[in-house]
Amino acid sequence: MSTKVPNQKAWWLVLPVVVLVAFNAVLPLMTVVNYSVQETFGENVFFFEGVKWFEQILHSKRFHESLQRQLLYTAIVLAIEVPLGVAIALAMPRRGPWVSVCLVLMAMPLLIPWNVVGAMWNIIALPDIGLLGRSLNALGIEYNFTRQPVAAWATLIAMDVWHWTSLVVLLAYAGLSAIPDAYYQAAKIDGASRWAVFRFIQLPKMRRVLTIAVLLRFMDSFMIYTEAIVVTGGGPGNSTTLLSIDLVKIALGQFDLGPAAAMSLIYFLIILLLSWVFYTVMTRDEAN
Amino acid sequence: MRRFHWLLPFVFILFVLAPIYWLLNMSFKTTNEILGSFTLWPHQFTLDNYRKIFTDPTWYNGYLNSIAYVLMNTVISVTVALPAAYAFSRYRFLGDKHLFFWLLTNRMAPPAVFALPFFQLYSAIGLFDTHFAVALAHCLFNIPLAVWILEGFMSGVPKELDETAFVDGYPFWRFFARIFIPTIASGIGVAAFFCFMFSWVELLLAKTLTSVAAKPIAATMTRTASTSGYELGLLAAAGALTIIPGAFVIYFVRNYIAKGFALGRV
Amino acid sequence: MALVRLSSLRHSYRAHVQADADWAVKRLDIEWANGTANALLGPSGCGKTTLLNIISGLLRPTEGAVFFDERDVTALAPDERNIAQVFQFPVVYDTMTVYQNLAFPLRNRRLEQGAVDRRVREIAALLDLEPMLAQRAAGLTADGKQKISLGRGLVREDVNVVMFDEPLTVIDPHLKWRLRSKLKELHQRVGTTMIYVTHDQTEALTFADQVIVMNEGTVVQAGTPVELFERPRHTFVGHFIGSPGMNVLPATFDDGVARFGGDVVELATPARPPASAKRLELGVRPEFVRFASDGIPVRVVRVRDSGRYRIVETEAEGVTIRLLLTEGQLLPRGNAKLRFEPKFTQLYADGWIAS
Repeated sequence: MSTKVPNQKAWWLVLPVVVLVAFNAVLPLMTVVNYSVQETFGENVFFFEGVKWFEQILHSKRFHESLQRQLLYTAIVLAIEVPLGVAIALAMPRRGPWVSVCLVLMAMPLLIPWNVVGAMWNIIALPDIGLLGRSLNALGIEYNFTRQPVAAWATLIAMDVWHWTSLVVLLAYAGLSAIPDAYYQAAKIDGASRWAVFRFIQLPKMRRVLTIAVLLRFMDSFMIYTEAIVVTGGGPGNSTTLLSIDLVKIALGQFDLGPAAAMSLIYFLIILLLSWVFYTVMTRDEAN
Repeated sequence: MRRFHWLLPFVFILFVLAPIYWLLNMSFKTTNEILGSFTLWPHQFTLDNYRKIFTDPTWYNGYLNSIAYVLMNTVISVTVALPAAYAFSRYRFLGDKHLFFWLLTNRMAPPAVFALPFFQLYSAIGLFDTHFAVALAHCLFNIPLAVWILEGFMSGVPKELDETAFVDGYPFWRFFARIFIPTIASGIGVAAFFCFMFSWVELLLAKTLTSVAAKPIAATMTRTASTSGYELGLLAAAGALTIIPGAFVIYFVRNYIAKGFALGRV
Repeated sequence: MALVRLSSLRHSYRAHVQADADWAVKRLDIEWANGTANALLGPSGCGKTTLLNIISGLLRPTEGAVFFDERDVTALAPDERNIAQVFQFPVVYDTMTVYQNLAFPLRNRRLEQGAVDRRVREIAALLDLEPMLAQRAAGLTADGKQKISLGRGLVREDVNVVMFDEPLTVIDPHLKWRLRSKLKELHQRVGTTMIYVTHDQTEALTFADQVIVMNEGTVVQAGTPVELFERPRHTFVGHFIGSPGMNVLPATFDDGVARFGGDVVELATPARPPASAKRLELGVRPEFVRFASDGIPVRVVRVRDSGRYRIVETEAEGVTIRLLLTEGQLLPRGNAKLRFEPKFTQLYADGWIAS
């Protein structure tokens, strides 16, 4: 690790980045903070209200329900995608002509615009003419995601798994490829079982990549908007209204600036906090 | 059990390809066939849906608009990220760690939080409904990502390279352009790929900041679904066409995907 | 402990062999006696790692067989051959302690706890790892980790062969000699057959009783370090071993007399170069060249101080001849005369020794 030279003039190199990102981050956030502590009755007249909006949001049943739905959703999605992604990466050959073909095919969902992802799953889940919907109903399972909350959840989760597991696979596979052959050779000579190889060689060496995978999936699933709204629209009713969907409803739908702003700040803070917790827990051992 | 370890990736790939196949399937069917019967492949094969898209400006402009702002954003993001990543990689300066961390937190920003503020901000400066607006807005999360990826690649280049060039009398920018950039070419490729990817797929902000002139294909598609009834075939064709740029890009960077991920920097 | 024998061995990484160059290891037969310390020495790409992997079972040879004592082990997997291998960089199980690392191979063989404990402590004592047994393996320095790698190999009592694949590559220079001495000491205490692969001649010559020099997949010479030094059978061995390497000078041979330029050069043994030889050369190490009052006329060109002695470069007939001068020996200026010690002067025909 080469040492870095102290050089304050480096700020000039960083300046364009700072300007562009600050423009997009700081200015809007200032607006949000501004709105979150004020009340308006239109005509650009504002009254300072202090923490009224924050209290309203934090006590609102609607917010609690959205938050619970979101937490449940993220938990399920992480619990499926991470082990599945790792399992697929482990099952793939370490070398060979099929590897790049497989990776390219698997990467396709990652590059489809999110609304198209939602549209695809909406279409495929239609009970009478969609591949999935029709097949399930033909098998005798009563399935209609526009009417049954459980079906809507199942569709949403299936879509997320379809969409994002490949990211975990790509990351895990890269982590696995970085393990030198000598470790596997030594394990063979030591007579280690397949499980021991996984537990003592592969898993420890994948730790860093897995941390990144879990963090990314946590953050992105917590922020999910477009795919979810296109496929179920937040329904039936509000059974699949996750946090982002609820926020956009309040902000852009109802133009309730105050509550929307307060909710935005709380939302952002929750993500930062949970990300920090995840990150600390997962990298805690590395420091030892 | 060892024998069948290929089964899992195989089944997963089938799972991945199935909805894509279904989309293609529908895109070649007439609306009558779609709504009237359930067929696994088009019995009345038709190219009408695609024809409509290629001839109707409201449709193909959507694609052009999307590609425009995505390319703009990729170019901007990578260009400004390069010197910044170099600074983070080579120098220590006041607040550098905090700055880097702050940049990364922007990746964690929910687009939903920024939807309304962006709408107001970009309207206020008169950039509403332009490609530039979306390109700029996407910088919020793409620039930190590009800086992060490039910094990783740059740290892999030994400082001796820089020092030798300076001793040889290269002025900084000439060294940067002629020597350094070719060395991290694959890193630039990876960063550009991810910028392209995240800008191409993100649609909440793209829709919020545009209305007619710079309308991305996503907005056109949603309009079809709601206003003119359910023209599923057309919708499917439009969707299928959005997959193509992505497939192209993956194909070209397939060798670098593993490398970029291997740095663990996504 | 076992005798290792390679019989008619050939290996190619290609599925279809077309040219001679496709063979990574060309036909060879080698026998390593039981309990000996051996080295496989050669430049990168000469096939030594391939050979090592064939012996350990990580690679199946295209042709030929591998024997441990009388057993043909060619078809056996590495864990069935009872071998140990130490790689270029330390391979340790990071999440385990040093103790658990050493115990791992024994536990996989379902040895009972008491025997495992006894053996682990024995090996740890041998390798000076006792104070660190409870530490996590990941926290040790590179040479400590290599010792753990080695320890895992030695901990099994019935090991047939211990193989080293350039094990000192990642060790700091000032620790290299310590680890080298440790390995030699280990061999003397444990007495297992050991094969040490390296491209560093110092490591090979100090560790091994028998050195095999390889180049481009063939064995160029096998012998003790002294033999390789004093009587190289190929000019390659002359170049590769010794620092600086052997002087190789163009020569002629008429009526049983070897000449360099116009001067007669006495050889160690009578030379018999084949008539078809295209290139005749004289080989003599700088250690065995001296200034003399009478001999081959040369011009002194350059002197380099290399610590214990000085390397003098002289020129004659358009070639450079090097010799060594110790402290106190006088250095003539300009023109001088050289004498080659006959006992260590050989004639080479097309690279191979012709005496």
